Amino acid sequence: MNLLFLTFLAPLLGFLILAFARGRISENAAAVVGVGSVGISALTTAIVGWDFLHHMPEGGAYTQHLWQWMSVGQFTPSFALRLDALSLTMLGVITGVGFFIHLFASWYMRGDEGYGRFFSYMNLFVASMLFLVLGDNLLFLYFGWEGVGLASYLLIGFWYQDPANGAAARKAFVITRVGDTFMAIGLFILYREFGTLNIQELATLAPAAWPVVNGVGATGATVVALLLLGGAVGKSAQLPLQTWLPDAMAGPTPVSALIHAATMVTAGVYLIARTHALFELSPFALQCVGAIGAITLLMAGFIALMQTDIKKILAYSTMSQIGYMFLAEGVGAYQPAVFHLMTHAFFKALLFLSSGSVILAMHHEQDIFKMGGLRKHIPFVFACMLIGTLALTAFPFTSGFYSKDEILHQAYLTGHHELWLAGLFGAFLTSVYSFRLIFITFFGPERWRSQPATHGHDEHHGLGPKDDPHGAHTLDHHIPLGVLLLLAIVGGFIHLPLGSVLPEAHIPEGDHGPAWIAYLPVLVSLLGILVSWFLFLKKPGIPAALKNGALTKYIGQFWKSAFGFDWLYDRLFVRPFVWAANINKNDIVDWFIGLIPASLTGANGLLALTQNGKLRWYALVAGAGACALLAAVALH
Amino acid sequence: METNLAPVTNATILVWLLFLPFLGGWLSWQAERYSRTLPRWIALFTMLTVLGISLWLWFTGDYSLGTPSTTPQWALQYKAEWIPSFGISFHLGLDGLSLLLVILTNLLGVMAIGCSWREIDRYVGFFHLNLMWNLAGVVGVFLALDMFLFFFFWEMMLVPMYFLIALWGHSMPGGKSRIYAATKFFIFTQFSGLIMLLAILALVFLHHQGTGVWSFGYMDLLSTAQGLDPKIAWWLMLGFFIAFAVKMPIVPFHTWLPDAHGMAPTAGSVDLAGILLKTAAYGLLRFGIPFFPEASRDFAPVAMSFAVLGILYGAVVAFSQTDIKRLIAYTSISHMGFVVLGIYAGTTEALQGVVIQMIAHGLSAGALFILCGEIYERLHTRDLTKMGGLWARLPYLPPIMLFFSAASLGLPGLGNFVGEFLILTGSFKVAPLFTVLSATGLILAAVYSLILVQKAFHGKPRDDGHGAHLEDLSKRELAMMGLLMALLLGIGLYPQPVLNTSATAMKTVELQYQPAAATAALSAPAP
Repeated sequence: MNLLFLTFLAPLLGFLILAFARGRISENAAAVVGVGSVGISALTTAIVGWDFLHHMPEGGAYTQHLWQWMSVGQFTPSFALRLDALSLTMLGVITGVGFFIHLFASWYMRGDEGYGRFFSYMNLFVASMLFLVLGDNLLFLYFGWEGVGLASYLLIGFWYQDPANGAAARKAFVITRVGDTFMAIGLFILYREFGTLNIQELATLAPAAWPVVNGVGATGATVVALLLLGGAVGKSAQLPLQTWLPDAMAGPTPVSALIHAATMVTAGVYLIARTHALFELSPFALQCVGAIGAITLLMAGFIALMQTDIKKILAYSTMSQIGYMFLAEGVGAYQPAVFHLMTHAFFKALLFLSSGSVILAMHHEQDIFKMGGLRKHIPFVFACMLIGTLALTAFPFTSGFYSKDEILHQAYLTGHHELWLAGLFGAFLTSVYSFRLIFITFFGPERWRSQPATHGHDEHHGLGPKDDPHGAHTLDHHIPLGVLLLLAIVGGFIHLPLGSVLPEAHIPEGDHGPAWIAYLPVLVSLLGILVSWFLFLKKPGIPAALKNGALTKYIGQFWKSAFGFDWLYDRLFVRPFVWAANINKNDIVDWFIGLIPASLTGANGLLALTQNGKLRWYALVAGAGACALLAAVALH
Repeated sequence: METNLAPVTNATILVWLLFLPFLGGWLSWQAERYSRTLPRWIALFTMLTVLGISLWLWFTGDYSLGTPSTTPQWALQYKAEWIPSFGISFHLGLDGLSLLLVILTNLLGVMAIGCSWREIDRYVGFFHLNLMWNLAGVVGVFLALDMFLFFFFWEMMLVPMYFLIALWGHSMPGGKSRIYAATKFFIFTQFSGLIMLLAILALVFLHHQGTGVWSFGYMDLLSTAQGLDPKIAWWLMLGFFIAFAVKMPIVPFHTWLPDAHGMAPTAGSVDLAGILLKTAAYGLLRFGIPFFPEASRDFAPVAMSFAVLGILYGAVVAFSQTDIKRLIAYTSISHMGFVVLGIYAGTTEALQGVVIQMIAHGLSAGALFILCGEIYERLHTRDLTKMGGLWARLPYLPPIMLFFSAASLGLPGLGNFVGEFLILTGSFKVAPLFTVLSATGLILAAVYSLILVQKAFHGKPRDDGHGAHLEDLSKRELAMMGLLMALLLGIGLYPQPVLNTSATAMKTVELQYQPAAATAALSAPAP
């Protein structure tokens, strides 16, 4: 277990090597360093994990103290790594799934001029993400938290020549920073109250200081929990800080798979699970977590239904699935939440990588309405996409089935029936939108043949009517997809010893609920598939008619634009800020300060008028002055 | 009268610290008639020597200085009579705080000489005379323990800086001239210095009234000032505050700074942002707070309001700037707002954060200005609207600038984060509202830093007649940047050596400022 530090050291060194090499090394060398470092990290994780599970340390956790970060008064945060079942799970997902995504990326990014730069950023991300999950105090966690934000920024804006990508990257960074600032304020309060940021110490100190009385939490606990929730909501793209995630799809597809599906966006879920002791002290904050999750999962599900960009559909799907995890945490079902986090990482990474393969096969085309019938051209990718989608819709015996079923079950049993209902309806939506993607992309007519090729801004964009999509046939493409395919199916059988870290949900002893709640979700998602088949394959005229209907057209546009959040935030925050900044570009204060010399110059000008060199004038003024003086003396 | 002092040791090394830059400056001026490179080498050699001396002082000295109390303690002192009839002496003293700032000054001095190597080609010797005399003046400010001497150095910093801007500055085409900027800088700081002089003189007269002895000595005036009538103390405190507020600068006294930065040569900007602004913070920590603790406590809400105003206002105005140097100038205003917040919060964490923030900001802002100079040398413009796409044209400069922008936006792992986080954590204990407002500055910092990166480096490369590939940083420039990056990382990951050095000095300030903390410390059993 004392090898634990190697897990982040390898990618960190990889980052440094690639950053200093600055494109002087060949693509193959960069791939070896970039992928190899994560490979070492994954191997170390396997060794450390095996050791951990077979020699479970006292108290279920192993702490590796690296060095004391700083020591000022009581403020003594350390760089210390904490390995327990929760961080081990995250470690496995980050390095394991991360490794296969890196491998896929070594295929996907071939020929890009920034090949080395890409892997340096990816390695930086992995290292930061490991800090985030291994940190034993909130400041170290915050360190990783900001680090992944930076890596995400760099990778979203990786193709920097297009200003739109830069805008998406900045949007992601700034919106998550809003959440981060809430979180930072939460840390200030925790430090003021308890004099420490160590998570384990807080977990023992806080319940004593802030007991829950009659189901009502102390104000301090609620405020802190809500502030931490602010951070989680920003990072995990939940309401109301969700708008950055769809734009983040501007990054290369492996980035979307690794950062914006499997790992970083789930950091909020991890944060809540990690600080569950604090959330447990505030029933109100937990209600908020559950409500945010439920609303986000429904909203994102609806929006996904209207998207035409394959990556945006998956982005909203990710948002929706993270909503499930929040919902689970809101009802106290932390273990199923983390379980779903893991299975989601498997099948969503698979879906994103497959979509990347589809996009390349279609010559950088992302609009699903320019695809169709692809199952014949790229059968392996179709199989991956189908399995991933089945797991996403919680089809029986796939990985997603076990985790999502568990979430819904516990939501029901803990008495949160409204959340359960939301989750159930969300499952229906999930089936509809994800099979819409499958049916339109892989079935039906080959639409690019009947449409004029879009040679608008880029010759190498999309297929011409006579072109065929071409699949990849190399191992670095097949292996990652194959492994993730396997995990998406059997990932549900992985047993996580999370009980040593996370509490069980408060379910009355022996209550299993009515039998029908176990199979209702399955029925609902099958119904969704049926509806999807009917609407998008059998009778595609219905959605088309709705799209062009007089009233539905406008509703559809509003719907497709994610219910206008971007529009609203733009007018509420961005424009006023830019307006205020631009109007004050020349610094109004300087103008006021300028009044001082201006008034001096003015006074000088006035006085200079009296010095006109005319004797008559001087005589007059002297006389008038003498008279005034005499008068003043006389009158006094 | 200086009864509280440890025995005065005649540490002539402090005199050398001060005298060598004067000498080196004069020599390089004289060397100009023989060669154009000789002055540079003399200047570099001198500053490296002084830097070496200050580092040697750090490694060999002990700055923990026993148990902190409300009485300041010095690791080294030097005292000689100067004008005995008025109680003026040439009295220098060194503690952890002044040592760190002296090291920072000398380090950035070396950087300033390094970055002028190619930029300055007129009156090379005279340039280095001004640069080094300015640095010597700053070192004097950090060392002086006699108020007359302090004021002497305080004013002495200005004249060379005036010449640096006026003679070697860049005028913006169609905009204000460099003479305008230099004059503005001079008048602002001169006028505010005058107010401080009045306060110092008043203090000396009051001391004479009370004791019948003329003295400008720091310890004498300290005891007088602390026992003053609250009303008088309040006015004198204000006199000091205004001088430091202008220099810091605190909004709304800041408008000289963007103009000065906009026109100054690179070395001047490094000097201004990295060092000169820190003299104001040092002044508050050494004089403003210890002299008038109660008045400062009463004044704290006002000062903190100024701090918040500065943080937010500087950040918003920075966002809209198109001149890259003015943009960074406004970010400095924003960052110095955190320093003001921390000083007036006065807790251990906040004050130690102030030290880190000063050093980290000195390094990061200095580096950013050097990089701006490099960009100007290559593109002959500082206009962000004429940049863009530089990432494709230069291999090293853009990622390095990204690094320092990340430092500026407070990325953990780099020094600025440690400073800002400590300041905010420490301030939250005593002033939650101001702290929360200041914390929104973290968001704005991301906004202006990223827009800078976007405008300068991202987007399509431009065809501006300088070729598709620009000449990248030379080995000299890379070495300078590498050192600054390593230092910021070092402070970000292990700030303890710095914190330990300043711990006693800052604890003293805290005990002077916070009566509650002082009582607690007194009642605690002696270790």
